[in-house]
Amino acid sequence: MKLKWAIIGALITVIAVLTGCEPLTVLDPKGPQAQTQADVIWISIAIMAFIVITVFVMLIYLLIKYRGSKQPDSYEPPHIEGNKVVEAIVVGIPVLIVAVLSVVSVKSTYEVEAKPEGYGDKEPLVVYASSSDWKWHFSYPEQDIETVNYLYIPTDRPLEFKLYSYGPITSFWIPQLGGQKYAMSDMITTLHLGADAPGEFMGRNANFSGEGFAENTFNVKAMPQQEFDDWVKEVKQTAEPLTEQKFDEILEPGHLGQLTFTGTHLDFMPPPEGHHGGHGADDKKNSHSSHDSTSSEQATQEEHEKEAAEYEAHND
Amino acid sequence: MEFFERFAVPHPSPAIYASMVAIALTSIAIVIGLTYFKKWGYLWREWLTTVDHKKIGIMYMISALLMLFRGGADVLMMRAQTAVPENTLLDAQHYNEIFTTHGVVMIIFMAMAFIIALMNFVIPLQIGARDVAFPRLNALSFWLYFMGAMLLNISFVIGGSPSSGWTSYFPLAGNELSQSVGTNYYMLSLQISGLGTLITGINFIVTILKMRAPGMTLMKMPMFSWAGLITNVIIVFAFPVLTVALAMGTMDRLFATNFFTTTNGGMDMLWANLFWVWGHPEVYILILPAFGIYSEIIPTFSRRNLYGYNTMVISMVVISLLSFLVWVHHFFTMGQGALVNSIFSITTMAIAVPTGIKIFNWLFTMWKGKIQFTVPMLYALGFIPIFTIGGVTGVMLGMASADYQYHNTMFLVAHFHLVIIPGVVFAMLAGLTYWWPKMFGFMLNERIGKWAFWFIAGGTCLAFFPMFISGLDGQARRMYTYSEATGFGIWNMLSFIGAIGLAIGFVLIVYNIYYSTRYASRNIGDDPWDARSLEWATHNPVPEYNFAITPQVNSRQAFWDAKKKGHKLFKGGYKEIHMPNNSGVPFIMAVFFFIFGFGFVFSMWITVIASLIGIIACLIHRSFEKDHGYHISAEELKKSEVELRGAK
Repeated sequence: MKLKWAIIGALITVIAVLTGCEPLTVLDPKGPQAQTQADVIWISIAIMAFIVITVFVMLIYLLIKYRGSKQPDSYEPPHIEGNKVVEAIVVGIPVLIVAVLSVVSVKSTYEVEAKPEGYGDKEPLVVYASSSDWKWHFSYPEQDIETVNYLYIPTDRPLEFKLYSYGPITSFWIPQLGGQKYAMSDMITTLHLGADAPGEFMGRNANFSGEGFAENTFNVKAMPQQEFDDWVKEVKQTAEPLTEQKFDEILEPGHLGQLTFTGTHLDFMPPPEGHHGGHGADDKKNSHSSHDSTSSEQATQEEHEKEAAEYEAHND
Repeated sequence: MEFFERFAVPHPSPAIYASMVAIALTSIAIVIGLTYFKKWGYLWREWLTTVDHKKIGIMYMISALLMLFRGGADVLMMRAQTAVPENTLLDAQHYNEIFTTHGVVMIIFMAMAFIIALMNFVIPLQIGARDVAFPRLNALSFWLYFMGAMLLNISFVIGGSPSSGWTSYFPLAGNELSQSVGTNYYMLSLQISGLGTLITGINFIVTILKMRAPGMTLMKMPMFSWAGLITNVIIVFAFPVLTVALAMGTMDRLFATNFFTTTNGGMDMLWANLFWVWGHPEVYILILPAFGIYSEIIPTFSRRNLYGYNTMVISMVVISLLSFLVWVHHFFTMGQGALVNSIFSITTMAIAVPTGIKIFNWLFTMWKGKIQFTVPMLYALGFIPIFTIGGVTGVMLGMASADYQYHNTMFLVAHFHLVIIPGVVFAMLAGLTYWWPKMFGFMLNERIGKWAFWFIAGGTCLAFFPMFISGLDGQARRMYTYSEATGFGIWNMLSFIGAIGLAIGFVLIVYNIYYSTRYASRNIGDDPWDARSLEWATHNPVPEYNFAITPQVNSRQAFWDAKKKGHKLFKGGYKEIHMPNNSGVPFIMAVFFFIFGFGFVFSMWITVIASLIGIIACLIHRSFEKDHGYHISAEELKKSEVELRGAK
């Protein structure tokens, strides 16, 4: 047991030293979901280290003790078929380990797939995050603003990302806030995140999506709610409205810098929502054409509530 | 001119032009060489038309080694590109093509060919049979595989390589986002070689079930043959899924169907599911024969019987069942929700139990043994620790919540390479060295072999361990470059150095083959390793009829017990042996398949129809052909046996 902890300690030290004492992104969580995941990773590393060390110790012992050069020429190894007790142990211990890991895995999976804990009953901030070759679009229906390639979020509040794609399957990933999830063009997926402290994080598409994949990144900035509200106010005063024509231009394959707009594309190009996602017969273009971008705030709000209710019903 | 424009490469570069010239020159050199040395007849009679499982196995092996170098050249370019941040050696498109072909070539055309090579060569010998159940189908399997491999390999000089990853997820692989014919090549070449694999599967199941030597019950079968049986059962259940998925994908690309499109009722997630319903069992198709090889090598060089034979068999059966129940773990992040992910998380981790049993059984096999550090044994001993690390990180990936952080990162890349390289590549190199004398009648040099082993084992560790760290630090896989600020540079540089180490190891193996062919002693007897199973009871190299007299088996280690306990394997005198005739039909049919595939890739329908007629004509020819084989008489047999024994 001493050896085990010594080696785990050594391993952690080596990792820490090698990375210049800067913790690895995934193991430096800044939100409750990422924290859960980092904990799971550390638990599994510890258990796996135990298994690896057991195998290594056995292997080294056997290789030293039974190497041919050490034994007399006349030595004839015995014939051994197997032993019920040994085999029971060899099956039993892995079964126990897998059982423990299963409990951890299932529990934590349910945790990260739900609204993050620890923010009381604060309403989640809903952000529609959609990808196009090779950009990220962030629509804030509640605030009625939209950004490209950067994401501002309030701290200490659950975040609910609605993911979809205008092209290949992508994967929305902010490692320090939590694990990734796919964005696809024929349905919406939901990712629950949260940020505990202000800071700037790396976000990217993690799923290969063609030529511009490597640069398909975005910046994330978490700030207190007050600051976030000020930013929204500022955007509303200064940014250009997002027109359908402008959005079509942005969708063209390529890379863009950071852009900011009032209004969202959700009004004229609604996401693939509902049970059938994009597989339904409705044409994406005409179902919401009645709303224009200025009067849509309320409409979107209603739509969001309806959608949220549907989502909850679905989950029950 | 317009007709020829379609064959142009969409993203040419000096390297590609250089390859075109190299391919042309090599082809001319081969043709001139064969003509000059008057070897066309030899090539046709001894190789192109052969139905002998041993020669087919050797052809699979040569092809696998060639593909290993093709896939390896891809690796060196990839790792060189990412060795330093913001490198401009390759652009994004080339990098994408290279990692795509690396994956396809290594899995489908290298690893699959290598395991089938050894199964072909060894299993009939191990079970005391004269050949496989359907020798001519076996030849067809090989030629279909070979033509599939060639079809993919010409893609980068004619029309363009696939570039949407070896998983080829739709809609990225659809017409709109992959406009070159590259993905057509992917669909057709996998389809053609996949047919070959499916035929192999059927062939070997029948061979193992029906053609074992008298007395060899299933539970007396050597472990590699057991692994072969289970592998081929998985092949027969898994490959039809790939066949169907590829057919649907081909139709989406060429006939405007909407199976995997995101409009008109198509479903891109369906491809991901079908691909991995085949793809995960495929992983076990690769690993089980490797387990079988280690189960032969470890007892041989521990001088002891395999520990826990029964649990070894049971664990393989359990693995084969579970392999069909875990495919969703390849996309935990697709949004199935917590319940589905929890179920697949548990089934995934459950595979660790039977796998763990095997590792411990190999360790217990060494217990009280007398371990000899030969080259095959070194690979087996290197496999245990490296595979254990690859395996336990697999369990970590199986925990769905944490997988959201590992998915699509270098952590995953490190995991599957640390499973596949020690699992498949080490096993194949071990098996190659171990059975080499059986194939060619001389042994590979041990000293060069050991140097190669240390380069390969060290290179593997150096190339892939850093990826665990860069993955946890947020480096996504398949990125052609990254900025310096990310700090990934050092880890990628280490990987590059490791890749060079691996390359040196493989070059040493080729040198070893050359060196041993020239200098190794031909006087090695029939049992140079002092081995335990039936394949060592015949001569080195093996005569075409395998065993002059059909062996009779009454224990698990038939040959060992014949040596040590005086069991008599060969009873009775020489009797006439019935042998199958050579046939050119499988080769010709596969050539038609190649033309068929090529025509399909470029939508040249007249070519497609003409070659299809050719294929059907071959089938009809076979149906009406009267081929009763030939006989080796008892006298001829006696003469040949005396000669083979006299040679020592």
